Amino acid sequence: MTATSFPHKSLETISMRLLILAVVATTALAAPVLHAQQRAAAAPILIRNATVMTVTRGTQANTDLLLSGGKIAQIGKNIAAPAGARVIDGTDKFVIPGIIDPHSHMAADAINEGSLSVTSMARIRDVINPTDIAIYRALAGGVTTLNVLHGSANTIGGQNAVIKLKWGRNAEDMLFPGAMPGIKFALGENVTRKNSAGFTIPGIATPPRRYPATRMGQEEVLRDAFMRARDYKATWDDYRARSGKDRSLIAPRRDLELEPLAEVLAGTRLVHAHSYRADEMLMLLNLADEFGFKIKTLQHGLEGYKIADEIAKHGAGLSSFADEWSYKIEAYDAIPYNVAILMRHGVLTTINSDDDGRARRLNIDAAKMIRYGGLTEDEALSIITINGAKQLGIDKRVGSIEVGKDADVAIYNANPLSVYASVEQTIIDGEVFFDKQKDLALRDAEAKERAVLEKADANTAPAPRGRPGGATGASAPATTPPENR
Amino acid sequence: MPRLQIRAALAGAALLSLAAGSTAGAQLGSYNPVAGPQGTFAIKNAKIVPVSGAEIASGTVVISGGKIQAVGANVAIPAGAQVIDGTGLSVYPGMMDSGTSLGLSEIPQGAASTVDVAEVGSFNPNAQAIYGINPHSAHVGVARVVGITNVISRPQGGIISGQAALINLSGYTVPEMSVVPRAAMVISLPSAGGRGGQGGGAAAFLAAQGGSSGNTAATLLRTRQLDSLKQLLHDADAYGRAFDAYENDKSLPRPRRDAVLQSLVPAVRGQQPVMFTADAAADIRAAVAFAEEMKLKPIIVGGRDAVKVAAYLKQHDVPVLFDHVLALPSREDDAYDINYSTPAKLAAAGVKFAITSGDCCSEVRNLPSIAGMAAAFGLSRADALRAVTLGPAQIFGVSDKLGSIEVGKMANLVVTDGDMLEAKTNTRYLFIDGRLVPLDTKHTQLYDIFKGRTLTP
Repeated sequence: MTATSFPHKSLETISMRLLILAVVATTALAAPVLHAQQRAAAAPILIRNATVMTVTRGTQANTDLLLSGGKIAQIGKNIAAPAGARVIDGTDKFVIPGIIDPHSHMAADAINEGSLSVTSMARIRDVINPTDIAIYRALAGGVTTLNVLHGSANTIGGQNAVIKLKWGRNAEDMLFPGAMPGIKFALGENVTRKNSAGFTIPGIATPPRRYPATRMGQEEVLRDAFMRARDYKATWDDYRARSGKDRSLIAPRRDLELEPLAEVLAGTRLVHAHSYRADEMLMLLNLADEFGFKIKTLQHGLEGYKIADEIAKHGAGLSSFADEWSYKIEAYDAIPYNVAILMRHGVLTTINSDDDGRARRLNIDAAKMIRYGGLTEDEALSIITINGAKQLGIDKRVGSIEVGKDADVAIYNANPLSVYASVEQTIIDGEVFFDKQKDLALRDAEAKERAVLEKADANTAPAPRGRPGGATGASAPATTPPENR
Repeated sequence: MPRLQIRAALAGAALLSLAAGSTAGAQLGSYNPVAGPQGTFAIKNAKIVPVSGAEIASGTVVISGGKIQAVGANVAIPAGAQVIDGTGLSVYPGMMDSGTSLGLSEIPQGAASTVDVAEVGSFNPNAQAIYGINPHSAHVGVARVVGITNVISRPQGGIISGQAALINLSGYTVPEMSVVPRAAMVISLPSAGGRGGQGGGAAAFLAAQGGSSGNTAATLLRTRQLDSLKQLLHDADAYGRAFDAYENDKSLPRPRRDAVLQSLVPAVRGQQPVMFTADAAADIRAAVAFAEEMKLKPIIVGGRDAVKVAAYLKQHDVPVLFDHVLALPSREDDAYDINYSTPAKLAAAGVKFAITSGDCCSEVRNLPSIAGMAAAFGLSRADALRAVTLGPAQIFGVSDKLGSIEVGKMANLVVTDGDMLEAKTNTRYLFIDGRLVPLDTKHTQLYDIFKGRTLTP
């Protein structure tokens, strides 16, 4: 990220949250300032004799991979282990870049601020719950980075958060430094609420009627919002242009709804637009062209294959399901060849989970794309790694195994495109956040502890177990180690 | 001996779909092209995975009249057979997904008129899936081209949901698809409490409302529902006896016909298995105990906590159709792989089981990779394959015709270019009931139409 990504310099000085991003941007330029998660530098890790699937530079058998200082330090044969390095025997193992899921709602305590049709002021980063167990389960599926999106309840939804799955850390430490800010748009049935209307389930609130109730209204909501945002941006641009000369000018009032949309117009905030039908996608692309901004990704975009050339022409990416279909009307023409057709037409394409369960097996969803449309292994891996990094503006940092990139990798016990493969370890910034053997060992220890506790006399205080300030009564549970939660 | 190239021999068959924009094989109003005739076929030089026995590295399978006529390394190919060169290919028995409602539901959300899964009311033993299945559902074609030749499609909802059908995923009409039209009765006992029972309707709903009044109401309602269910089953038993007595002695008064009671007779006599939907350990135990009391032949569907009651299931010889492999663990402190590894643990405990997708329709196609996932977490690959082929066939008492490649069985075969459970493997030929099934689907049809579309300059 460069400083020019932030033309609203005067806005930043007022906005605390933009200030944070500005610091990040400056940091990226100045380089040596360490991020919080790099403070405690982990010992180097040397993975020996593995099959390294770099994604961007082919697959290399019997290769060593050195992770050091949170980065990928070296790829090659017979790398000498640095002092203090932890050596992992990679024989028969496969290493891939950590999986990037471009559409998730994991770890979000709230997903939809759907009460208005434009909620660009709402931010997912304010509601990240770092203790969501789904994070650990996704790590066990090789996932390291998520695009946590606002839901699809309204035409213009809230701002996203790109996070790394640093299980055990706090929410701030999980935010991906320097990731391009984004915003969720949504079109189609979820917005018109046709699926949720008409049913009355006792005890379950159904959403009230809300404009827009049609795809016509969705276009109008977008047009209205961007007309206002264009005026807002012009007002600020004018103020900034003149305030240098005339210091008596009073700054315009900040508008938290329009500010993110002004950033979209300025190209500093990425649009991730939930959409299904070809016609609604085309409407959005044309509207964006008219207002002079870009749609970074069409999310789902299950009929994207019908307008692949138009999507390519606009320059939008698309993040599809691998083979989900027929769960609602607008998904009835979804086909598993969507990804292949889009890729062949030059669209930057990924697959996503949109689901905590599916996030754990994106590697298998990628493998399906070999069957449906004939992707190569590298292409199949790219749609869960480097392509997602590009869609999120973090491809300089993650998405492939290249020297200098973040040490985010997953180690599998077989080719990750095989259904018989499972993750051995998942590493982020050079630190192990999932280790299957450790998990199994902790599980055994817990089972033993449980057996002891179940046999214990409920009326007798357990003996202290050597913890500082150890429990003297039965009511003080030990702090659970993060790996074990 | 004429050895016709299969591609040339079969008009409207699989490979015609390769012609761009072709709708050959697809009929107006149907996404699923109709299979060819029951000819004589020989697949030679192929790896054969019979499931019931050892793999044959290179051999021949001969099909005729809808049945498997010969299997082995040295099998003579009959004169006139259409020969498929299986070099580099593998032959598997077709898979069976025993936990679906395929054909009963097309678009679950927002298109209620395409969903015929649940009848009104609590006791619907006479609601038969076989009368609700749409043979032209797009799901049929999409599921079969990954090698799923059979499904058990069941009604849902209420306490007695109705009767499940075992069908071939091929046929222009339901009678053509039907293998066992009334394969099982489907019952969801009201949940014994706690979370996780699939069924139970109102009692589960009340229990979920919580609070002492909710729990009391739920307990009362559950007791009443169980009493009603038992009464109905006793009545069906008495009904069956009354008719038997009348058949033996026509001087007796002729009992009145009752369609509902009559539909329950095979189940109460233990001639028809009963699928009990149950996930929580207490609900699984309750279902088995109920089945013993009422002398039913139980099969557990769901089985989330089956490992916890594995010894009990083994002791009572009750099989499980496990549909949670890909489900998230239900409790926060569950091991991350608790559902992936359940099949391995059931196998180790000696419990009979099958792996199912547990999906009504569109995700049935994931069955092979679901079984593969279980193999990634401890189940042997052979057992994973068995859990979607011979395993369910044995559980439903149809292993004399389905589930393995053996002489005399129905010729439901999948010819693949790799391991059938791998997500990337392609099906090259598909036989159902000894007919070659075209590999066109709604999806390939749309693919062919749009893959070459470009913006007109």
